[in-house]
Amino acid sequence: MFDLTGKNALVTGASGGIGADIARTLHARGAAVGLSGTRTEPLEALAAELGERAHVLPCNLSDMEAVEALPKQAAEAMGSVDILVNNAGITRDNLFMRMSDDEWQSVLNVNLTATFKLCKGVMRGMMKARWGRIVNISSVVGATGNPGQANYAASKAGMVGMSKSLAYEVASRGITVNAVAPGFITTAMTDKLTDDQKAGIMGQIPAGRMGEPSEIAAAVVYLSSNEAAYVTGTTLHVNGGMAML
Amino acid sequence: MSDVADRVKKIVVEHLGVEEDKVTENASFIDDLGADSLDTVELVMAFEEEFGIEIPDDAAENIQTFGDAVKFIKEAS
Repeated sequence: MFDLTGKNALVTGASGGIGADIARTLHARGAAVGLSGTRTEPLEALAAELGERAHVLPCNLSDMEAVEALPKQAAEAMGSVDILVNNAGITRDNLFMRMSDDEWQSVLNVNLTATFKLCKGVMRGMMKARWGRIVNISSVVGATGNPGQANYAASKAGMVGMSKSLAYEVASRGITVNAVAPGFITTAMTDKLTDDQKAGIMGQIPAGRMGEPSEIAAAVVYLSSNEAAYVTGTTLHVNGGMAML
Repeated sequence: MSDVADRVKKIVVEHLGVEEDKVTENASFIDDLGADSLDTVELVMAFEEEFGIEIPDDAAENIQTFGDAVKFIKEAS
């Protein structure tokens, strides 16, 4: 089950906590992985840890020319892109009334527009191969909203709508497009929360704990597998019961 | 019939699984040859590869019939 031998996966945001674990887990299932991210050092370290079948592909997703070049670079490094995991994301939180156009636009650009461009960039190869998996990492916040995160929530909800639309269009070509919506996961992003904030969050999570990056990675592996061929346009919520959608 | 037309016809026949004699000058990919909208995207991709050309999106939208395709490719290559 869930054997990915011979598949080539491009993972964005692979320098972050969740992205690195997604790459590790896909790799452990036999896939070759293209590790994309803005910080080269953690990517190199991860590639060294994984050994064979790991390629470092630095890319700043706020640079749209670099975004457009990435699918080609990945295909050149690995031979093809069979699995695309749009995991990279940024936050620039502010109260709605104080949110600047720049805070809004930069989050939409990286989280949503770059995802659009990367999906488009890998589609030709997937259509020809009559096989493809796209997994877009959304967020529970995209479904529930969150004060201070109008931009982030809009981008994450946008990813879901985009995924569903694309899923309709390419389902007949053996390509699935799904989203994974993590709840609170232990990463550098959530380490910054104060103990009070953490306690508040715990109160909302029936499971009574934060999630682990490996629990997101497992969902991604499932949606990337042959076994999930009949699953498309869905959002898999991995949030300890925090929002049952 | 020109070489370009033959090559285009071969792609259309293979991709859409239609009889060769159905692929006439004015045959519309969607209305006459049973293509769906994604098939037309794939046909354009196949033309690009066969002829080593790039067909921009706005031009691709105007390629509705077999004749349109042959005409565009002749002008582009």
